[in-house]
Amino acid sequence: MGEGMSAEPVLSIKGISKTFGGLKALSDVSFDIQQGDVFGIIGPNGSGKTTLINCITGFIKPGSGHVFFKGKEITAWQPHKIAHVGIARTFQIMRPYYSLPAYKNLIIPLWSPRARKTGGWRGGGKHGDRDTVAVDILEEIGFERDSRVPYKFASALPTGYLKRLELARCMALRPEIIFCDEVFSGLSMSEIAGMLPLIEKMKTEGITLIMVEHRLRELFRVAGRVMALNFGEKIVEGEPNFVIEDKRVREAYLGSEEV
Amino acid sequence: MDKQSMRKERIDRGLKVRTEGIYAISSSREILYLLGPRLLLIGGIILLPFILELAPYWKRVVNIMCVYALLALSFDFLANYVGLVCLGGSFFTGVGGYLTAIFNVNLGLPIYLSIPLATVGGAVLCTALLLPCLPLRGVYFAIITLMYPLLLTRVIEALDILGGTNGITGLDSFPNGYVEQYAIIIMMLVFLFGMRRFVNQDIGLVLRGVKDNDQSVRASGINVTHMKLLAVFVASFIGCFSGAYVAHLYMWAGISLFALDFSIIPIASVVIGGGGTLVGALIGSFILVPLSEILRAFGSFRIVIYCAVLTGFIVFKSEGIMVYLQRKYHQFERWVKV
Repeated sequence: MGEGMSAEPVLSIKGISKTFGGLKALSDVSFDIQQGDVFGIIGPNGSGKTTLINCITGFIKPGSGHVFFKGKEITAWQPHKIAHVGIARTFQIMRPYYSLPAYKNLIIPLWSPRARKTGGWRGGGKHGDRDTVAVDILEEIGFERDSRVPYKFASALPTGYLKRLELARCMALRPEIIFCDEVFSGLSMSEIAGMLPLIEKMKTEGITLIMVEHRLRELFRVAGRVMALNFGEKIVEGEPNFVIEDKRVREAYLGSEEV
Repeated sequence: MDKQSMRKERIDRGLKVRTEGIYAISSSREILYLLGPRLLLIGGIILLPFILELAPYWKRVVNIMCVYALLALSFDFLANYVGLVCLGGSFFTGVGGYLTAIFNVNLGLPIYLSIPLATVGGAVLCTALLLPCLPLRGVYFAIITLMYPLLLTRVIEALDILGGTNGITGLDSFPNGYVEQYAIIIMMLVFLFGMRRFVNQDIGLVLRGVKDNDQSVRASGINVTHMKLLAVFVASFIGCFSGAYVAHLYMWAGISLFALDFSIIPIASVVIGGGGTLVGALIGSFILVPLSEILRAFGSFRIVIYCAVLTGFIVFKSEGIMVYLQRKYHQFERWVKV
């Protein structure tokens, strides 16, 4: 598809700005995401990546700018309404329901109006119950069905499983877009190796993924396009190789040589 | 062997493990293990009025015990399952009590209509009044709910409406002592077992999710305020029923229905009985209410003893009686070498 001829973007961000007191967390960030893309957002600590996600998913109201989902404006909607139209997100600091067993954690998204509308929770048949669907989703995401892991309390699970649980919570909504906020951070190399196929699988299922990441090597293996942020400003967007070669990106990560 | 190199180990009893899942019905011993405590509770409470036949005064105390047990149940549900600490138990009793008085005295409805109508109507009214406070969390919600009964008391006093300081008198009493007693006992058991079931349903899990992590619930596409609304409705439903019952029990609805007792004693009961167990709320009020009656002989000194008992519980058994008993029932302890 050539420039200008591309289909309508599934998500379109136009000039998002946000200030916290005197701090400019985001200034005039715009980008478009096509259906089925894996879109990476990179940038050093404090560059506004998570704030950007929060602004798009409604957890923070943007100061100015617009968010369009399939051409419909969803700027500053309530988070649950944004999730309802099909935009799911994970949290950088995992937010499981610690007092519930892992599979019961998924009952909550499966009970949501979106899951009930799409009928996704019914699983096999009319009489399928949410518990069965929950265990199915967990198995898909890498919880061994026959082990005791899916039935353990979330408070007893290690980080790797909690990250997967965050993704499973998103998958239960059968979303069109998933924002992954640093799903690889804090994981060992082998755990990441186990996660990558999941990302690939979501991609083949046609889910649009937007990944905020610090682990660039892993991100560039899956991402088709990457955007770099620094001090709340978009500095470059494009193919992964193009972005990493960019002088400003290198400066942002490694520090500028000229004072 | 000195104690220092030893450690206490807790292990599930074999019987408990055997009664999990489908194996629960494998033998009469397993069935008894599961049903025993429940039958003991139900049977004990139903037989209590017969045991107390010789002491009519204490028979009436049982009614009050059940009323406080219901309020404690409502508090335990809101605080430990939904994460809303509601200090306004008396708000529910007051609204329920006054509504049943209006239905019964002013509109002339019989008692078997006025109590259910006051329960449902009161729950709707309480939920509507608490609606603006639902986005609040933690101590802010607690303080607001504490203010509501005080506010309504002053409104009734200042405007001299609903009988003013005299209250509304002349409510119908219950047809006879047994109906009076068993109405509350059966309703209490229904609410207790109903709530236990409710919190483990899918919808109950969503409510527990709100307590654990409301941001995750919002990210799952569920409106947290709607869920809190539902929880407050359920809790105020129980509270308004207690209030309506008390009003008919005393044949009077006055501003003492908004008294702080109805807010504080249920909370103390939950602390003593064990928060988050639901049945602990019942056990707590079955200890505290009779204790407070016994201590009546000491006059105003009873508050001191009452406080000492409460402090003792909080310091030495802060987990609550029910949590302690459950642990002893399901597990045994032994000393092992480190």
